[in-house]
Amino acid sequence: MVWKKHDYEDIPGTYVFDGKIAHESYNINKMLFTFNSEECRDEFEQEPATYCDKFGVTGDFKECVVQKDFLRMLRLGCNIYFMAKMAIPRGTSVQDAGAAFQGITTEEFQQQLQDRAEGLIEKLEKAGGYWNG
Amino acid sequence: MAKIIGGLTCSHIPAVGNAIANNLQQEPYWKRFFDGYEPAKEWLYNAKPDVVIVVYNDHGLNFFLDKMPTFALGCADIYTNADEGWGLKPQAPFPGDVELSWHIAESLIAQEFDICTCQEMLVDHGFVNPLRALYGTLETWPVKTIPLAVNVVQHPVPTAARCLKLGQALGKAIESYPEDTRVVIFGTGGMSHQLQGERAGLINVDFDIECMEKIATDPEWFTQFSNTEIMEKTGTEGIETIMWLVMRGAVQEKAKIIHKHYHAPISNTGAGLMVLENQY
Repeated sequence: MVWKKHDYEDIPGTYVFDGKIAHESYNINKMLFTFNSEECRDEFEQEPATYCDKFGVTGDFKECVVQKDFLRMLRLGCNIYFMAKMAIPRGTSVQDAGAAFQGITTEEFQQQLQDRAEGLIEKLEKAGGYWNG
Repeated sequence: MAKIIGGLTCSHIPAVGNAIANNLQQEPYWKRFFDGYEPAKEWLYNAKPDVVIVVYNDHGLNFFLDKMPTFALGCADIYTNADEGWGLKPQAPFPGDVELSWHIAESLIAQEFDICTCQEMLVDHGFVNPLRALYGTLETWPVKTIPLAVNVVQHPVPTAARCLKLGQALGKAIESYPEDTRVVIFGTGGMSHQLQGERAGLINVDFDIECMEKIATDPEWFTQFSNTEIMEKTGTEGIETIMWLVMRGAVQEKAKIIHKHYHAPISNTGAGLMVLENQY
């Protein structure tokens, strides 16, 4: 009875959503999946803790849902796409979450993205055949 | 007989849907990204496909984690977009081509690709945004559509090699359809991005450009990488680029490159657009 080790676990700063994580976070993701429905979103909003109970979301998972601690939800194994259904309408974007992981501001995170694309046009020109206006 | 006119790759980032909804295409942040779509739109207009097959992944609208098919084919008369929970207004429903869907399902399964068939399928931004970026926001879509969903959300996900082979089988399936139907295939998603973890925000422009070159001219190159290697280079969500190979496998080896466009960053992502045309 062991979870097999995977080589992707050695990629730094990276958590691959696999069977183990999906199993551990199944109930919370199932609850978040219901947020596709406005009716469910409203029901959750009335009584978050009760809504958690309905889906068997307990312990640390329940605590961070009630506290709307999205970073901790992700760290506990919540899937980013399901988490987004709760976080985005509450003003936390996926970029905010990414920044929080690094302990930087969203503006710094966005700047980092820009920096990573530096020299783009030159690179495309070198590769050749790319549209550039 | 049905004919594959060509294939197209593009990103399906949620922010693209928001930008279109808010009419931001000519804002400085978006201009280069959207302007680069114009030649692809023109090609698509002239290609006049009867059917577009969209290879994409669902992000928790149609499929929950309770049942996660590796490959799922829409076999319905109509595909409905719906509320994804974060505010994008659902788009008009997309007409299907149920006869072609079932022909593809039969052919793929005969070729040992045991796909999941779906007689009801909600389609999310992964499917909608590429169509919206290329056709506009319409009440009536000018083309029939077939969704082909690939699991890239919950690992294990298929290998790049498997996706390329699925594409080759898809090509054979389409070309054995007896009706004169013009088909274009979209391979959507990617390119490099990682949404969570301390490595969130990763964009690998050099690898993205290399991928675009190789996927166009030598797609087998991409199959040398394991999924771990792909995630290492392109981020956990960068794995979506394997879906481009489904399109690539379905078009001719010598398909002509009509258009190449790359822009970064768009949201958290390196965004690639490429048009490949079959030569008859």
